[in-house]
Amino acid sequence: MPCVYDVNKDNEKVAMPELDLVTRSQNFCEVALGYTEEQAQEEARRCIQCPKKPCMSGCPVGVPIPQFIEQVALGNFAHAYQLVHQANTLPAVCGRACPQETQCEGKCTRGRKGEPVGIGRLERFVADWAMAHPDEVAAFEASATKSTSHTTAPCTADLADAQEASLESAFAAESDDLDGYRVAVVGSGPASLTCAGELAQRGCDVSVFEALHETGGVLTYGIPEFRLPKKLVAEEIHKLEDVGVDFKTDVVVGKLYDIDELMDERGFDAVFVGTGAGLPSYLGIEGEGANGVMVANELLTRVNLMKAYQFPSFDTPVYAGKHCVVVGGGNVAMDAARTARRLGAEVTLVYRRGREQMPARAEEIHHAVQEGIKLQLLTNPVRVLVDDEGWIEGVECVSMELSEPDESGRQSVVAVPDSNFAIDADMMVVAVGSKTNPLIAKTTPGLEVTSRNLMVVDEQTCATSKPGVYAGGDAVSGAATVILAMGAGKRAAAGIADYLKVKQAS
Amino acid sequence: MFEILEAEQLNKDVTRMVIDAPDIARRIKPGQFIMLRIDEQGERIPLTMNDCDPDKGTVTIVFQAVGATTMKLSTMHAGEYLLDFVGPLGNPTELDGVKRACIIGGGLGTAIAYPQAKWLHDHGAQVDVITGFRSADLIMLEEEIEKVSEHQFIVTDDGSNGHRGLVTHVLAKQIEAGVNYDLVVAIGPVIMMQKVSELTKPHAIKTWVSMNPLMIDGTGMCGVCRVKVGDQYLHACVDGPDFDGHLVDFADALRRGVQYREPEQYAREVAAHKLTSEGRSCGGGVQLHEEQQLRRKAG
Repeated sequence: MPCVYDVNKDNEKVAMPELDLVTRSQNFCEVALGYTEEQAQEEARRCIQCPKKPCMSGCPVGVPIPQFIEQVALGNFAHAYQLVHQANTLPAVCGRACPQETQCEGKCTRGRKGEPVGIGRLERFVADWAMAHPDEVAAFEASATKSTSHTTAPCTADLADAQEASLESAFAAESDDLDGYRVAVVGSGPASLTCAGELAQRGCDVSVFEALHETGGVLTYGIPEFRLPKKLVAEEIHKLEDVGVDFKTDVVVGKLYDIDELMDERGFDAVFVGTGAGLPSYLGIEGEGANGVMVANELLTRVNLMKAYQFPSFDTPVYAGKHCVVVGGGNVAMDAARTARRLGAEVTLVYRRGREQMPARAEEIHHAVQEGIKLQLLTNPVRVLVDDEGWIEGVECVSMELSEPDESGRQSVVAVPDSNFAIDADMMVVAVGSKTNPLIAKTTPGLEVTSRNLMVVDEQTCATSKPGVYAGGDAVSGAATVILAMGAGKRAAAGIADYLKVKQAS
Repeated sequence: MFEILEAEQLNKDVTRMVIDAPDIARRIKPGQFIMLRIDEQGERIPLTMNDCDPDKGTVTIVFQAVGATTMKLSTMHAGEYLLDFVGPLGNPTELDGVKRACIIGGGLGTAIAYPQAKWLHDHGAQVDVITGFRSADLIMLEEEIEKVSEHQFIVTDDGSNGHRGLVTHVLAKQIEAGVNYDLVVAIGPVIMMQKVSELTKPHAIKTWVSMNPLMIDGTGMCGVCRVKVGDQYLHACVDGPDFDGHLVDFADALRRGVQYREPEQYAREVAAHKLTSEGRSCGGGVQLHEEQQLRRKAG
């Protein structure tokens, strides 16, 4: 495929402007500032429009990546947005929170020699640009609907060959083919929002039930402001309201209504369960109940959902120590560490494996280290040291070592005998994973779950063992990523659409 | 938004409010709680229900103005709205099959103990109710409890109602007198629940206590409400709030309960300041802080 622009041969991504270090470790403003129009075009021109489009096979929601990048390169930002948005309900979120290095960017041809194209940064640029230029987006959409069908983008490549069959059918569907059906969506995180958006765009009457007082699920209570501004989450959700999705907060499904009631008395034709993995895991070590010890969920919920960093303007306080030990190596651990830092603590992050084995995104680890968070690797906490009044005064740890890799290449870790040592701390945050809430499973007869309370679903359609009930996201997979949850939400929407049509036919 | 239908002062510290919440009213049971938030800047606070009326679609809460939020709440009137009111949360108290029960309320706990007594009475159990207050002017729900109990015993710390003593004194006498309770429910200050549990344990009387730890979301997420029961920590919001009093580690609960004492005190002062001046304003906190320091020095 010939390229319609001059390729930028630079082997490195155009640098992302960032908030300076001093400012950012003292406030909760977003760290990565985003590209300007010129920077975005320059980065977009690094895409060589290679014929195989390997990037697209790495995208769980099937964003037409080379096509939108081409439009960015040409300066047609509204068109680029339309291409992204028709595949991705939450581009401003994904452009920030996706692990692109293991997905689209991990497959980019440019990445074989030098850095891959900054697909995530470009997606973010396009989404932010669209939010800042609603009139131009509307004008473009109006002209596009007039001149061409909604599903064939007037650009270089054929969408279909790189996409899964189920996504294809969702795209090809008429816009109002689900008119008159009512679907209840339980939870309002990324899986639910995607499912709701897909169904609403096809004319379905969608009600989203959220247990908390704010919508967005993990995007709201989990991912911090400095990584994903809540204003953006609210705007993305507002767009769903514009296409007719009804959001009801303060509704705990399983307590206030159960699934059977939604489908019988309340007249919903189908239900999607996207309740995530919100329950904390603990270390199970001595002293974990000491004052000053919390799970990451507590710290993040206080700060993100309840805005405790603005106490006392907001009523919820948050405890912040002088020296905080964070336990864990995932993105949540990084979020917790960087949050504690911003609350004024010196932070040591303790992880039982090495830096290479950390499940967190490279960029998050990089930002954490930049902000002065100390990584104490190959270290495992064994006991919380507690003072006379029941407050934490330190964390006793052991050194760990990696064993030889097993057949699958995974190295296990074992404690080094007699290597115990203490880290002084007046605060500790445990970020070692999360579990699913058993509430829906317990209150829904006929819903099959695994021993870990994960819902059992058909992989293609996301159908559970209960007719008309679909599920996706962390509630099915266990704690994973935003984009995988969105992929599941999209498959579930297609599955629900098929179910509704079969139901109508019979 | 949830409308306050009635607001009534039960004593100088305690307010009863009837909230319009029809969906919750038809589901909530004794022992379960709701969480509410007054406004956008507000915190989420848990309150165990005092009463509900599924026909009228109302849930009744009773609270004492002890923290920033309850202080603010106590100034609200019928016709005003709460921003959030979510429930029912937690598990209902296990009351099935009970024939002879003693329900004990300490102070504000009386408001939460009342629905248990009422439920048991309505389901054919013989119910004694023991309540304890600091002084006679704080006694509450006497008439309501009279209707649902065989015997009502009211004691005060200072004896100002003519019956000086502790709820445990009354319970001990009842047990000594040979009353065979098959259930005791104790709701009130942690110390009181501990003393009741210690008293019933040697007699092997099943004892429920209603724990009221710090809580943020109330749905099992934040882990703030951990209560040590036996050798494990459980979440009061999803595993409780009622636990077996013979297994609860009350000392641990007391220790965890004071974690936020300082910011709570500060928030109370801020709230008091805001209630006497007009509305909320950003940055007001800082100003206040300085004023307070000055005041402390002056004092």
